[in-house]
Amino acid sequence: MEGNIAELGLGAGLAALGVGNVAGNFLAGALRNPSAAGGQTATLFIGMAFAEALGIFSFLVALLLMFAV
Amino acid sequence: MADESTGGGLTIKPMDQFLVKPLFGEGPVGLFTISNVTLWMALAVLGIVLMLVVGTRGRAVIPSRSQSVAELVYGFVHNMVVDVSGKDAVKYFPYIMTLFTFILFANVLGLIPTSFTTTSHIAVTATLALAVFLTVTIIGFVKHGVSFLSLFCLTSAPLPLRPVLAGIEVILYFARPVSHSVRLFGAIAAGHAVMKVFAGFAAVTFIAPVAILGMLAIYALEFLVAALQAYVFTILTCVYLKDALHPHH
Repeated sequence: MEGNIAELGLGAGLAALGVGNVAGNFLAGALRNPSAAGGQTATLFIGMAFAEALGIFSFLVALLLMFAV
Repeated sequence: MADESTGGGLTIKPMDQFLVKPLFGEGPVGLFTISNVTLWMALAVLGIVLMLVVGTRGRAVIPSRSQSVAELVYGFVHNMVVDVSGKDAVKYFPYIMTLFTFILFANVLGLIPTSFTTTSHIAVTATLALAVFLTVTIIGFVKHGVSFLSLFCLTSAPLPLRPVLAGIEVILYFARPVSHSVRLFGAIAAGHAVMKVFAGFAAVTFIAPVAILGMLAIYALEFLVAALQAYVFTILTCVYLKDALHPHH
């Protein structure tokens, strides 16, 4: 049980790294060329969603381990 | 939840809020039982009707407050469809507008304390995602016939690599409804579970101030997540629709 919860924390933390990476790189690019940044916010959110989804998958696996298995 | 900590024995049941209960009386929940899910879905639809039909009833050139909210939402989704999927996707705008407003209202209504979040159930989000998946696949095959399969053929890749990449693309295509639904369900369910955990901690006297401040912060974050997940779900629908309308890389 504790192992499952540790896995969940690990997955969430690594997904946080991914989301932070997306946002940080977007900001770095946006500050270099602010005029092009506005048109790319959709891409930013799609990238964040993909990174975040993997963290949520770890949450789902933890839920499955807790309730379904 | 909070009243269950008696004598230092802290019991936090973060999953109790996701229970589907019949609205009238007791008993098992069947396919046609009117449950709390039905109630909050109906309230979401009612909210959308209030915003879009009653709010714009005046048809004023200078919009009232409620009319300008409805116009903002309409314009926002319309711009999204045109920007992401292209001008020829405007035909499918009603469907995408429906998805966005329904998910937005379900998420935001779920943030009302003691309410029920319909989008925190995989059954609801999987239905929405499967509907999008089937719609998009059917549109692709109706518009392009067999040449829709060129979606899986990456012409920019070297020739020997293409079969491998096509296999990966096919797997990715069928993983779409899974990730599409689990993303919304997971983000909402996880957020609400975290809120309930903080609410449980608030029952312990000496950490109650910290727990309530944490609760406030998580609640604000959840408000952002509610809007963001509706946006992400909709924009991914637009991306899938673009792939169906223009499958040639």
